Amino acid sequence: MTDTHSFAVTGVSGLLFGAGLVISGMADPARVLGFLRLGPGWDPALAFVMGGALAVTLPGYALLHRRGQPLFAPGFSPRVAGIDARLLAGAAIFGLGWGLQGYCPGPAVVAAGLGQWPALLFLPAMFVGAWLSDLVSSRGA
Amino acid sequence: MTEWMPALGGGLLIGVAALLLYATLGRIAGVSNIAYGGIWAAGDRRWRWVFLAGLIGGGWLAALVFGALPAPASPAGASIVVAVIAGLLVGFGTRLGNGCTSGHGVCGLARLSPRSLASVLVFMAVGMATATLLRPLLQ
Repeated sequence: MTDTHSFAVTGVSGLLFGAGLVISGMADPARVLGFLRLGPGWDPALAFVMGGALAVTLPGYALLHRRGQPLFAPGFSPRVAGIDARLLAGAAIFGLGWGLQGYCPGPAVVAAGLGQWPALLFLPAMFVGAWLSDLVSSRGA
Repeated sequence: MTEWMPALGGGLLIGVAALLLYATLGRIAGVSNIAYGGIWAAGDRRWRWVFLAGLIGGGWLAALVFGALPAPASPAGASIVVAVIAGLLVGFGTRLGNGCTSGHGVCGLARLSPRSLASVLVFMAVGMATATLLRPLLQ
């Protein structure tokens, strides 16, 4: 597997992923907030996004694990074990930001690429936030 | 229930994208980790930028074919501050918690990872509580 092949596969994966985010409605923060905001007028449609994705990845990953290794790499990305405070605090802080604006990282990248102004502010702030997290939690490279 | 078919179709595409990356290179299609690694990861970072460029290109193509994203409301003081603070929180949280909707949600759940299940339950619950209770106070 050459770099070129690896980049081709990665690029196609990115293309499909980005198209999926726009088609599904995930890149429209108003739709995402309509899904996260419970009560009258709740829009449950976006549950089908993760549902549809898992309908592919759940059986697909299971088949791959039975096979033992990926097609062009020696092994699958290693697993991290254990549920700790860091994981839960991170998820909670992420959920707070997600519920405020309606962008999670993928849609923020896509919407910034499409020139949507909230994403153009959100995305650089997201990298600063990640940097601040490393600063306070002294994460290794 | 409106617009569940595009949601399902887009979700299937995202699943195929994640499966492709895992089947060929064994990699997790987690956007936050790929993005931060594009700056801070040790070793070869090029594939990360290829993926992100694909993400933007795919979004652009889909907007061209299926219709542009709705224009956001014009920037105002409060909405500018919210966008920046939300970005800081999402960046801080996804870095600390090692993943987001795609890495823990689409990929981690498919790997039957207890960590990812815990993460998804927490960020969904907090996201819903925030959008339902806190965000209306800011408008």
